[in-house]
Amino acid sequence: MNITKLIYKPKGEKAIFLGNFAVIRGALEAGVQFVSTYPGTPASEIGDAFSLLQKSGKTGFYFEYSTNEKVALEAGIGASFSNMKTLVAMKNFGLNVASDALLPFVYTGSKGPTVIVVADDPSCHSSGQEEENTRAFAALAHIPIIEPSDSQECKDFTKFAFELSEKFEIPVILRLTTRVAHQSSIIELGKIEKPNRKIGFKKDYRKFVTMPPRVLEMHQELLNKLKEIKNVSEISKINQIKNPSSSAGVGIITSGISYLHTQEALQFFNLKVPVLKLGFFNPLPENKISKFIKPLKKVLIVEELEPYLEKEIKILAKEVNPKLKVFGKDLLPEVKELRPEQVMEAIAIMVDKKYRAPKIKLPVVIKRFPSLCAGCPYWSIFNGVKQAVKESGLKNEDVVFGGGIGCYMLASFAPHNIQDYLLCMGSSMGIAHGIKKANKNQKLISFVGDSSFFHAGIPALINIVHNESNPLIILMDNQITAMTGQQPYPGIPDTGRKEKGQKVKLEEIVKACGVKHIKIVEPAEDYKEFVKTVKDFLKKDTVSVIIARRPCIRIK
Amino acid sequence: MKKNNQQFNIVLSGVGGQGLITLGNIISEAGFLEGKEVKMSELHGLSQRGGSVAVQVRIGKDLSSPLIAQGEADLVLAMERNEALKSCHYASKNKTIFLINDFEIYSPSFGNQKLPSLDKIISEIKPFSKKNYTIKASDIVQKQLGLGVLAGIFMISGAANEKLIPIKPLSILKAIELNVPCDFDLNKKAFLLAKDNFKKGLK
Repeated sequence: MNITKLIYKPKGEKAIFLGNFAVIRGALEAGVQFVSTYPGTPASEIGDAFSLLQKSGKTGFYFEYSTNEKVALEAGIGASFSNMKTLVAMKNFGLNVASDALLPFVYTGSKGPTVIVVADDPSCHSSGQEEENTRAFAALAHIPIIEPSDSQECKDFTKFAFELSEKFEIPVILRLTTRVAHQSSIIELGKIEKPNRKIGFKKDYRKFVTMPPRVLEMHQELLNKLKEIKNVSEISKINQIKNPSSSAGVGIITSGISYLHTQEALQFFNLKVPVLKLGFFNPLPENKISKFIKPLKKVLIVEELEPYLEKEIKILAKEVNPKLKVFGKDLLPEVKELRPEQVMEAIAIMVDKKYRAPKIKLPVVIKRFPSLCAGCPYWSIFNGVKQAVKESGLKNEDVVFGGGIGCYMLASFAPHNIQDYLLCMGSSMGIAHGIKKANKNQKLISFVGDSSFFHAGIPALINIVHNESNPLIILMDNQITAMTGQQPYPGIPDTGRKEKGQKVKLEEIVKACGVKHIKIVEPAEDYKEFVKTVKDFLKKDTVSVIIARRPCIRIK
Repeated sequence: MKKNNQQFNIVLSGVGGQGLITLGNIISEAGFLEGKEVKMSELHGLSQRGGSVAVQVRIGKDLSSPLIAQGEADLVLAMERNEALKSCHYASKNKTIFLINDFEIYSPSFGNQKLPSLDKIISEIKPFSKKNYTIKASDIVQKQLGLGVLAGIFMISGAANEKLIPIKPLSILKAIELNVPCDFDLNKKAFLLAKDNFKKGLK
């Protein structure tokens, strides 16, 4: 299906929408005007589809791929301060990068309504660094968090989040998980709004400047605002009791994808158990929850990862129903995404039903790890590095290989096996510096992707130059953000829009950072030169950078 | 235990690059065209670059979860024979049919490990399946059309013809047209090829 045509289908029609596309449709129905993102699975399609829409001539909104998520959010904040309806999309780790801007933004509040889409990835299907739960930002940032379950809710809750943000002048997080963002289901379409707002930055010192002592007043105002939003949460239809009839004194509280597993399980058993489905994670409708649990003997909390809901509900139960038995993480795992049969088992235990998912012994299968594409330039880079190490009279064990986020994470697997640490975007260089300071004789080769370098690598390189350590950095310039699906980045003129942008040259930045040993090499065609350069640079007393430049095989 | 005959659960397994998400989209679209509810769950990203892929499609009424519960798959359509083994979690003796493309895709991560024979694979799958079919779909389309990646279209077309999927073949064709507009003629050839060659090649 042509994505532009699908997303712009007329009002009243029904169509199959990927969760991420439904978020886009919801934003368009809300009249979104400014969209920024940094690609990250499972949220990447949001930016990619906006890029497609813009390139195919759709108007009414500005779109950009920003350099990183913090910059994307800051751009969004500027747009919001200028009264634009703003959407910023990222994966969970992106919010960590953006959090420095996020926290004060919740204090100032938005002017143009602002929705921040954040996609978590329980089970780490597409996530290297950790199994993050964005719900934790509710406590840290005091930000409202809304959680849809399916594509229809992705659309409707996006619109609702814009309304909430408009009314209370506060940014709102729409929290997705992989099985919501990458779930396709049928939705019914509403009307796409043509935005009509007065745009432009109007000075308002009390609102936009977080200097003390004003910032402390802002803190109090934010807490007051959240109390008001809690009142909305108490009566909002997105917090809803499903299957209200009950006899056995049991109930379930859940949200997001866990709600769908819950309904599936109840259907499987042909059981009628009241379910409080929460659309708000923050602020929670405490009165509604208290009322729901008051008559119950047992309640099951179905949620993925940490027991954030369960803890809150246990506190409420102490007051309104101290005898209530609260089931949750005693029956369900805290690591990995939930599976329907796990929810079935938990419900069975709560209702004293004899059911266990069949215990089976699965066939042993040879593991198939992902691998570099045939013709990927990284084959030459990894082979060349290993050859250079060998020809330098070293063994792989003598050299520390620093890894980062991108297709080059595959250095971890056979046949490469050259990745000794992996944490987050740009960190291969930052950590390299510390390892070098711990032992200056340690041979170290740090890999960093072109997009990662722009994203979070530059400050680390400046630190290496200024505080003087000498890792060998291989800047893997494949001319694209490859892993997440070939998005553009500042090193090429493509912006993801129809209009071209100015190209920012890696070599000029590296040079400007003060690096003395720089060489640009085509790692496949000039393979010998590449190997020779690695050997030469491994001996340097100060930091050296090889820009290994060859385009990703998938660039169209 | 509830037996719901109004739902049909399909696991599409294979290797990144075989077009499994497109196949899932086609099946979902075809179900939608017939007025059925559909749900699909897919995974993207690096792990799918030559790694294992499992797309789940559910068609029918009153669907809630996008994930198929343990043992609840009606059909496992495996585009790579070793990957069929990875779907056993979703399969069970009393209901699951396996339709396997008898085709191997090598991965550098295998190293020196030897892949199992087809007989070994089938014997491992037997405790989880009501019936097994294999077909050399990739070889057939490669020979007839010169493009192995069309094997998926050939397989779902054949599966619809043989009523292994409760969707009319014409709906599948219409869904192909909607989902792969640029190579429609070639895909249509693969679709039509199944008419004569699918049943013949089925074992």
